[in-house]
Amino acid sequence: MAIGSGTDLDDAQAADLLELYPNAPASRRRLRLPRSPKVIIGLALLIGFGVLAVIGPWIAPYNPAQTFSTTASFPQPPSAAHLLGTTQQQQDVLSQLLAGGRSTILVAFVAGLIATVLSVIVGVTAGYAGGLGDDLLSMLANFFLILPALPLLIVIFGFLPPSQGGDDVLIGLIIAVTGWAFGARVLRAQTLSLRTRDYVESARIVGERGWRIISFEILPNLIPILASSFLFTVLYGVGTYTALAFLGLVNPNHVSWGGMLFYAQVAGAEQSGYWWLFLPPGLAVALLGTSLALLNFSIDEFINPRLRAAGLSRRRARRAGVTETARPPRRFVLGVTPVLRSVPPAGDDGRPR
Amino acid sequence: MYVISRRIGFYALTAIAAVTVTFFIPRVMPGNPVSAVLAKMQGTVVTKQTLAALQAEFGSDTREGLVGQYLHYWNDILHGNLGISTSNGMVPVTTVIRGALPWTLGLVGTATVISFILGTLLGILVAWRRGSWLDTLLPATTFFQAAPYFFLAFLAIDLFAIRLGWFPAVGARNTLDFPAFDWTYASDVLDHAILPALTIVVASAAGWIVGMRNVMITTMDEDYVLIAQAKGLPKRRVIWYAARNAILPSISGFSLAIGFVVSGALLTEIVFSYPGLGFILLSAVQEADYALLQGIFLVITMAVLIANLAADFVYVYLDPRTRQEA
Amino acid sequence: MNAYPAGRPLLEVSGLCVDYGAGPGTVHAVVDADLVLHRGEVLGLAGESGSGKSTLAYAITRLLRAPGMITGGSVGYYPQPGTVVDLLAASESTLRVLRWSQISVVMQSAMNALNPVLSIGSQLTDVLQAHRPNLGQAARQARASDLLAMVGITADRLGSHPHELSGGMRQRVMIAMALALEPQVVIMDEPTTALDVVTQREILEELMDLRERLGFAVLFITHDLSLLIEIADSIAVMYAGRLVERAGAAALFRAPRHPYTLGLLSSFPSLHGPRRRLTGIPGSPPDLRQLPAGCVFHPRCSYATDRCRTDAPALIRLGARGDAAAGGGPRAAACWLQDGSAAPPPELAVPAPSEPAAPPAPAPTASAPPAPDLARSQP
Repeated sequence: MAIGSGTDLDDAQAADLLELYPNAPASRRRLRLPRSPKVIIGLALLIGFGVLAVIGPWIAPYNPAQTFSTTASFPQPPSAAHLLGTTQQQQDVLSQLLAGGRSTILVAFVAGLIATVLSVIVGVTAGYAGGLGDDLLSMLANFFLILPALPLLIVIFGFLPPSQGGDDVLIGLIIAVTGWAFGARVLRAQTLSLRTRDYVESARIVGERGWRIISFEILPNLIPILASSFLFTVLYGVGTYTALAFLGLVNPNHVSWGGMLFYAQVAGAEQSGYWWLFLPPGLAVALLGTSLALLNFSIDEFINPRLRAAGLSRRRARRAGVTETARPPRRFVLGVTPVLRSVPPAGDDGRPR
Repeated sequence: MYVISRRIGFYALTAIAAVTVTFFIPRVMPGNPVSAVLAKMQGTVVTKQTLAALQAEFGSDTREGLVGQYLHYWNDILHGNLGISTSNGMVPVTTVIRGALPWTLGLVGTATVISFILGTLLGILVAWRRGSWLDTLLPATTFFQAAPYFFLAFLAIDLFAIRLGWFPAVGARNTLDFPAFDWTYASDVLDHAILPALTIVVASAAGWIVGMRNVMITTMDEDYVLIAQAKGLPKRRVIWYAARNAILPSISGFSLAIGFVVSGALLTEIVFSYPGLGFILLSAVQEADYALLQGIFLVITMAVLIANLAADFVYVYLDPRTRQEA
Repeated sequence: MNAYPAGRPLLEVSGLCVDYGAGPGTVHAVVDADLVLHRGEVLGLAGESGSGKSTLAYAITRLLRAPGMITGGSVGYYPQPGTVVDLLAASESTLRVLRWSQISVVMQSAMNALNPVLSIGSQLTDVLQAHRPNLGQAARQARASDLLAMVGITADRLGSHPHELSGGMRQRVMIAMALALEPQVVIMDEPTTALDVVTQREILEELMDLRERLGFAVLFITHDLSLLIEIADSIAVMYAGRLVERAGAAALFRAPRHPYTLGLLSSFPSLHGPRRRLTGIPGSPPDLRQLPAGCVFHPRCSYATDRCRTDAPALIRLGARGDAAAGGGPRAAACWLQDGSAAPPPELAVPAPSEPAAPPAPAPTASAPPAPDLARSQP
């Protein structure tokens, strides 16, 4: 989960964020992510998937819907002709995998985008306006938050005629309607704390209009949390869309990873050991989700610097010329300050001795 | 207490809203649900009463106005009448649900509790032993969190049930045996429940682990934890002092996450053909059994609300600051 | 200012260095600190924010948070005459035994230092449970009530939680907590800064009262030098991580030897005496990552010489009369002006008052600044 859980943590996170941006006017501070392996892997994976979404159907060796043999009735294991084998209907699994990425990624990003926009509108307004408006909007957000999303979506899509179930943007929109509430809650908490900051107060006293204050003073400081919330919602979109496709609720003629898993179950893949039917799409979804989660981790660490690796890493300690005595400094021990007798490298900053 | 009564009021409102939503969905969606149901029922005899019932259920019956239908709907609900299940031989929806609910409660309830406890304890451990090898596990947990529940279920079945043959792959019990309160029956149920439960635990624990770890790290920076160390208290005490505070956001998070966990658990049930709500949910979708669909949705929502209320009680008990009269 | 006779040395800090982080960008928060705390003494540690005073105090007991690290020096604690504990080499279990029973801590904000979800009674008895396992439940409760009574809180508050108490009460609870095991040393980190002035005064008086009764030593950290003049026996002034002057309270007050101390003292308005221009200290404290060469204070010092710009002065021992002497008493200042090679400017060479048996009656000379009043000033 991105921001953690619950209002108290929202407040704590809000407080930490405010420590990063002390009473300065909205500095256009760039989102500089710490350069750790997590970020690099996450970003690389995500970019990879983005590329796949665009060129996937083109680089697929075959048409995903094309059936190959009319005699075989079992899914065929991987072979030279079909690198990931075939489905029960004798369609090429690899092609389906490559083509299926597009709808999954598209739906998830549309959902993430719409949900983030909604959460900003509701969350920031609620946090800034206060009073009755805040109460009503908060109640609305809490309502959507509590309502179990997937069962609701199942009911909605269950009633939806199949013709409508193929439009990716529409699906993304409906998913967004169930997923905006979490971001709204977080943004509201953050806006509440930012609202009392001196630079906002002074802007209000001077007479700046509300929407200008929001746009120029508050929103720029919300960017890290917005980014995290966006990623989290995209993650939610991926999982939800895959689940809906798995249940056969979205147009089954539209190839997607969830749809592949649907057919895998129909073919009894897990019972009969046809691992090539469910492992590739499942792994693809899991890896996409992992990349999003890794990026989210990094943003969390950016927002709350305490979450970064504490103490010295071995590498940095060696570079500093520090030798260890009784206690290795790498492992963080609460309540016991480490003691290092260091040999200062030649030409340091001239500490008086 | 003021805080709790406010929450109960909110839950009541939510329940009302949920019922209203279920009432409006079939009437708002494009298409005609009645004809869709009838299309699926080809082959069975449809009596006039059935037709009338269906029409009343989905609003095609225009004898009553919208408000009238709404009140009628509420009347039914409060009397425990959730409609007729068309895919299960026209038995009441409540009967179908009553058959499946205990399995879901047993499996999902237990698995969720185990997952929460395990995840929280692991989160505390990872936070306490920061900088150790445990930190490297964290990205692995994100993988399990990102992987869909049903995919993990596939993996579990393929690996543990089929290839290794340790556990059964399907169902909740050996259907040939009659249920009895003896050890063989109980162990059989347990045997069937382990893989689905394991799947749910593995998929959901990651969220608790990371959440608890993050809060613990922030909490351990608090002055009162430093003072606890300065007091020379034993390590276990210090961790307890920190965890006792850090668990509060986790409990709030429990309320938020319970919806997700339930959804994932339902999907897991489907893969395992576990005869719980998830299973009958799928058949309801496939058979266009809308009444059952709505009924399941309402039951799930009520369960989530109750779980939330329970979590709120625990939270207020654990945090004295909330007990102040507003 | 109390004339409490200083006992034997209790805590000896020598050459302590504390860093934050490592490698390039390391912040040297404390450099070469020397301190001695005697039995029953009130030692004030004064300085601006970022001067390293809190860092030093927490480093002594190894309570400094990450990424703080001790990189040099030694800290010796003498619980009884003849026995010494090297706090920097002590194991976690040794520290655990020593902590609170010998050395306890009072922090600035009681709201943060008290666990919000536990009752204050349990926060008083937990140390008893940990350090005095023989005490039974009833005995612990009785002792907790006694502790609360000692700071003027009724026993019915044992079950209350921190958020139910007022700010002053919370601070009193912290003090009671710190004295639960009758330690020899109490480190107080700006214990009254967050309180209003009236409560501040009350609590300080209760504190000094308790100290007379129980006889513990106090390391009192504050940015308010005027406060220390009243309650401290000796004072150490810190600047940019270095100890710049160390003297008895009256001596420091009447006869400062370091330009920084002089500047601080000239910064308070006095309630009596002729009106004078407030001078303050020009400039601002340095960035600890980019310290000036030579003496760290020289950019802001009106007496700076060429030598000050290139060589950093060590603490120079001064005699009892505050002048450079061969033997060296406890008084010290880190300033080239005091090394005896040339006569220091008259403001920095005021004759020190004789060792306090009675409060000295000041007779200011024409060149010395008028003695700041003993009345408190606003922080």
